[in-house]
Amino acid sequence: MSGPYQSWGRYPSAEHDVEYLSWRTDPLPIPAHEDKSFLAFGKGRSYGDACLNDGGVLIDVTQLNRFISFDQDLGILRCEGGVTLEQIIELILPAGWFLPVTPGTKHVTIGGAIANDVHGKNHHRAGSFGNYLRCMEIAHSDGSRTHCSEKEHEELFAATIGGLGLTGVILWAEIELMRVESDKLEVDRIPMRDLDHFLQLSEESDKEYEYTVSWIDCLAPARSRGRGLFIRANHARDRTDVARRKRGLRVPFELPVSPLNRVSLQAFNKLYFHTRRRVSRVEDLASFFYPLDWIRDWNRLYGPRGFLQYQCVVPEASELRTVLDTIAERGKGSFLAVLKVFGDISSRGLMSFPRKGLTVALDFPMLGTSTLDLLDELDLVVQRCKGAVYPAKDARMSPESFRCFFPNWRQFSTFIDPRFSSGFWRRVAGRPDD
Amino acid sequence: MSPGAPMTRLIVIGATSAIAQAVTRRLATPDAKIVLVARSEERLIQVADDLRTRSSCEVRTYVSDLDRLKDHPQLVSQCWESFDGCDILIIAHGTLPDQHDCETSVESALAAFQTNGLSTISLLTIFADRFEGQGHGSIVVISSVAGDRGRRSNYVYGSAKAALTVFTSGLRNRLAGKGVHVLTVKPGLVDTPMTAAFKKGPLWASPDQVAAAIAKGIERSRDIVYAPWFWRVIMQIIRLIPERVFKKTNL
Repeated sequence: MSGPYQSWGRYPSAEHDVEYLSWRTDPLPIPAHEDKSFLAFGKGRSYGDACLNDGGVLIDVTQLNRFISFDQDLGILRCEGGVTLEQIIELILPAGWFLPVTPGTKHVTIGGAIANDVHGKNHHRAGSFGNYLRCMEIAHSDGSRTHCSEKEHEELFAATIGGLGLTGVILWAEIELMRVESDKLEVDRIPMRDLDHFLQLSEESDKEYEYTVSWIDCLAPARSRGRGLFIRANHARDRTDVARRKRGLRVPFELPVSPLNRVSLQAFNKLYFHTRRRVSRVEDLASFFYPLDWIRDWNRLYGPRGFLQYQCVVPEASELRTVLDTIAERGKGSFLAVLKVFGDISSRGLMSFPRKGLTVALDFPMLGTSTLDLLDELDLVVQRCKGAVYPAKDARMSPESFRCFFPNWRQFSTFIDPRFSSGFWRRVAGRPDD
Repeated sequence: MSPGAPMTRLIVIGATSAIAQAVTRRLATPDAKIVLVARSEERLIQVADDLRTRSSCEVRTYVSDLDRLKDHPQLVSQCWESFDGCDILIIAHGTLPDQHDCETSVESALAAFQTNGLSTISLLTIFADRFEGQGHGSIVVISSVAGDRGRRSNYVYGSAKAALTVFTSGLRNRLAGKGVHVLTVKPGLVDTPMTAAFKKGPLWASPDQVAAAIAKGIERSRDIVYAPWFWRVIMQIIRLIPERVFKKTNL
């Protein structure tokens, strides 16, 4: 990657030295005498500071992008940590396989997918990414390497899944794939009246549909809170040819003033949500799973100050309602929220975010303290109900919130490589004495 | 082989370089037969496994220190005979020497020239006869924009690459009537392990962007490819600056 190293939200900014790790047989570029801290960096798709290491060193692993083996009969793939999900899909889809779990962008590395134990629209059926990890090799700063799996060094294995890259560098990983009969999905898009309607549709659909998610209009008036679209899909049975994809758009540069404001967004939402009828159709895989990948560098739309994403999981619908009400009252301009019911398949990671409940993800343009205050307030709601906020998307949660959301943090910290750190980790666990 | 037939036999010299890896991936069709040459056996194995996983291509590897010019005739024979000929030869090895080192040590300057210039000239001289006899194929040589004009910051590397640019230009002239295509590639700033020590900016390209330009250049039988394309404009301007002005610049 060229240019400065920053995270997807472009907030906060950070200064780094950069080293490269381009071969899995090379030693880590960590000199014994220096006391700076290190962190592996892939595609920089974490939103906040989980992938940053201000004042320290980033180890760029994007050239660690080789495949090692692919068993086309059993659907088992082994590749280096810097291989992206896009590269994996290009290889496996023509052979009739797909990722058993995929996040909303294919521009992430497999190392990043493990380190954040990412989830997708099929969490209710499949759990998170780490559940399909068979084994991996981790390089440590002292020069040693550990081959780990459920049976071998299983504690390090569990600490590395969702471990935010702090246990060392994931040199390679081996994952299980999912059989698919085509590269198409049968998708229903159903207009949703309100939150109760969302809950009802989720309950109905989660049994019959592999993928469910919904988008809600956060600018809707109070009486139609939760207005939006419910989307559900299954893989199509028939094998059809790969549809020619239209060339994507790109945001070529950062605009001095963000075009995303209350007026433009209200207009967009009105158009998007009001004119919709129920639609059932066949869609290709990329447009269903990765709609935003179609617009390259869309994060630039938020202008020079960047944006914050907030994703939390709460156990009950009433708490979700409190979160949405709080946001609406403040009018702080998240215009779209993504909502999903998480299932009860437990994550394997010591620090994994996904857990049973309802999850909501929102974007907020960074407007300074008013934005930060609102998110702190949301944290309190999540703390009270024993929910959690997603570190991969966070740039601001307090140490108190973090320890409440991730009660295993103390046990986890014993697996952290002594030479590894991140902006996120120093922020949430900075004071070692309490 | 008849003209227009798919070109499937590849020889890649310096196969573990970032640009070579990216190009080879693009050319590794399922029926490709690929010979990889590099100094490190450990790395060659990793590159070969990657290619075999990506497609059902056949891959052979040879370990060689390309600075040992006297090994070249045997190396070229081995490569050529592996799949009985070659449709695309890519020569991509090189180092970025420390300019200061080269200014203070004759030995360093000559070693840098050997690796980046002479070893490629040696290989090309031996390969050229084979291609001439075969009567078809593409010879791809990675030169550099650094060879377009000497600058204080890297003129030893630059002059070795300039030698390659002129050498391949002459070779192209010689083989033009013989059905053999010679492509001179001039990458600009590329974000690879070779340039790890540099601060990156908007002009920097990824190895894969350069590889895409090379693949297109092979397909369309181009003579000189700047990668990315805008370096053609930049170098045109840089070449136009009069020497009496240029000598005072700090580039």
